[in-house]
Amino acid sequence: MHELQPMHDESPAAAPVKLGRAIVVTSGKGGVGKTTTTANLGHALARRGARVALVDADVGLRNLDIVLGLESRVKYHVLDVLEEQVTLDEALVPDKHSEHLMLLAAAQTREKDDVDTDKMRALILQLRERFDYVLIDCPAGIEMGFKNAVAGAEEAIVVCTPEVSAVRDVDRVVGLLGNKFKPQLVINRLRPQLVKKGKMLSVEDVNAILRLPLLGVIADEPEIIVTTNKGEPLALREEGATAGAYHAIAARIAGEDVPAPTVESKESFFDKLGAFFGGRRP
Amino acid sequence: MIEWLKKMLGTQPSSNTAKERLRLVLMTDHLALAPEIIENMKRDLVDVISRYVEVDRQKVEIDFEREDRALAMMASIPIIAVNRPGGGTPADEAEPTPAAEAPPAAQATASPSVAATPTAGDPAKRKRRKKPSANPATAH
Ligand SMILES: Nc1ncnc2c1ncn2[C@@H]1O[C@H](COP(=O)(O)OP(=O)(O)OP(=O)(O)O)[C@@H](O)[C@H]1O
Ligand SMILES: [Mg+2]
Repeated sequence: MHELQPMHDESPAAAPVKLGRAIVVTSGKGGVGKTTTTANLGHALARRGARVALVDADVGLRNLDIVLGLESRVKYHVLDVLEEQVTLDEALVPDKHSEHLMLLAAAQTREKDDVDTDKMRALILQLRERFDYVLIDCPAGIEMGFKNAVAGAEEAIVVCTPEVSAVRDVDRVVGLLGNKFKPQLVINRLRPQLVKKGKMLSVEDVNAILRLPLLGVIADEPEIIVTTNKGEPLALREEGATAGAYHAIAARIAGEDVPAPTVESKESFFDKLGAFFGGRRP
Repeated sequence: MIEWLKKMLGTQPSSNTAKERLRLVLMTDHLALAPEIIENMKRDLVDVISRYVEVDRQKVEIDFEREDRALAMMASIPIIAVNRPGGGTPADEAEPTPAAEAPPAAQATASPSVAATPTAGDPAKRKRRKKPSANPATAH
């Protein structure tokens, strides 16, 4: 719709620096894994050598710092920068594990309406001048918080779990975003065994409805809880199917021709995941 | 064999139920989000029916009913007058002029769109015929 315009193609003359890509991670529905996905993809991209800024746009309910294990390092937040209390450099928190990754935290004690959309857009542009990727962790919902998170982005990743309510909400969000954000789909928390038994919507079921380019599929992974407890995202690991799935998504984002978990490769993909869950894990 | 047993027992995997519910809920959502589609459909529907009988455009009502397994459209279209039978088949001929065949009452109350109805297949003409109040189709 018209009020949601992505920040596209500044004229080369006006922007001599090559701008990074601003990608909003969104879903409509809460709790489907936006923050987890943002943190892991941030690490997966940084692991490839890209400079990555993660922006927590969930003002009032900040989580990204916790998932990244950076909560003790956060001194300032997005609103401090927007309101010119501190500089961007003062607010950016360097990651513990990766020298390429930085976090701009959200304010926990403020409200989403406190964010000035135009200033947010300008801030994201400023980040794009310095980073290859700017991943924006969007709050749930489609109100002001969503609009502010989307404001500076030029692309979108939509996270969806294989549930009726999540798919419905993603459908709505994609309708709001329109084609300009080139939304791509990450299906999160898939349980291959349940799909096999006909107890869970499959990747094909979900995408028969959403019809979005499929960026990747992340299994429902108990280790995610452990990594969130520790503040060490799973994508930091080199081994394991789920870490590998995040790495593959990052490669796909970077434009590499990684075999996608498409409808065609369904069997082998599910078989692999099935084997993984079936106890072949070290 | 398993499929056959399931059928016999009348159960279906819950993922199928989820798929069905999702399909229905999204149809309902999409209709609710695009009121202009319903308005356009209502207009076209009445245009077509007006080729055969005279209807009361003001009292046309369209509802969507969600049943367990299906979405149905219910249209209530009050008919004011029916042409005398044997007066020709106005509908499928290339150049019928329903206004000429209609009784005087119909001519008086019929909206301009009735006269243009036989051209409904031609998008260009349909556009011209559109009532000013109708939202230009922005279906997405
Ligand atoms: N693939 C996964 N496997 C298992 N647990 C997961 C997975 N992805 C996310 N979770 C868990 O689901 C919960 C919600 O995840 P997360 O906070 O990332 O969702 P969110 O969409 O950001 O939520 P909110 O809308 O509240 O911001 C967390 O406890 C997280 O650890
Ligand atoms: Mg979150």
